[in-house]
Amino acid sequence: MTCTEFLALLDDLIDDSVTTDMRADLKEHLRGCDHCEVTLSTTRKTIEIYRSHEIYDMPAGLRERLHAAIMARCKKGC
Amino acid sequence: MATIQPIAGELEPHPDVALVAQVRAGDVSAYDTLVRKYERQIFRIAQHITQNREDAEDVMQDAFLKAYEKLEQFQGNSKFYTWLVRIAVNESLMRLRKRRTGKMVSIDEDVETEEGSVPRDLADWAPDPEQNYTQSELHKILEKTIKGLPPGFKVVFELRDVQGLSTEDTAEALGLSIPAVKSRLLRARLQLRERLSRYFRRKKGAEK
Repeated sequence: MTCTEFLALLDDLIDDSVTTDMRADLKEHLRGCDHCEVTLSTTRKTIEIYRSHEIYDMPAGLRERLHAAIMARCKKGC
Repeated sequence: MATIQPIAGELEPHPDVALVAQVRAGDVSAYDTLVRKYERQIFRIAQHITQNREDAEDVMQDAFLKAYEKLEQFQGNSKFYTWLVRIAVNESLMRLRKRRTGKMVSIDEDVETEEGSVPRDLADWAPDPEQNYTQSELHKILEKTIKGLPPGFKVVFELRDVQGLSTEDTAEALGLSIPAVKSRLLRARLQLRERLSRYFRRKKGAEK
């Protein structure tokens, strides 16, 4: 397996949607390729960091204001 | 004694189905529950597309109001949240067009980028690299990093990887094909990884 072929299957590997045979091939490639190993681990870390740190959060005051506006409009039947 | 057995393979109805039915029956507080459940996610999607805090606030409000008004049109073939995202994405794009004085902006525009198709920065990252930054610094880095991606990439990444939607639901919410979602997700992941490497790579001379 070449690095390009590995990269094409990177998402499937991360999302755990590869067959057993394919997983064995990917693991075999990883054993001999530091670059792909780093790409895989740092891509996984990228996802994990974005998932665990909520960006663009709304301040509580704003949330309440918007919420009141929405509910007021809805009670009037929008 | 006969007991009622669930039909094999039958899926539990999504909790939103009952809430939507309650709203339709006139219970506004059930809509309140839906708003509170999804407001943060909708705000983030609007912020990703509009890149403007005021616009994102307006979009969030307009999207929830529009969804309430159109609830009768919601068929229930799709999930409520998928349907809501579609409304929010359309509202965001309209807001963006207004700002750009009518210039067409689309989520399904396939942006060919040189960057990210092949990983260039192959240095490994420090262990727990986020520990080297304060929460506030880290948030700035994450916002700055994702900001530069095309809108279609950002929203696909947000829905799939941050919010955990399936490829199928993401495709439906954005009106994209499944291969288009997959292609954008791979490029978004690789581009974000490449850009974050600048901050997280292991410093030379640092212990392994």
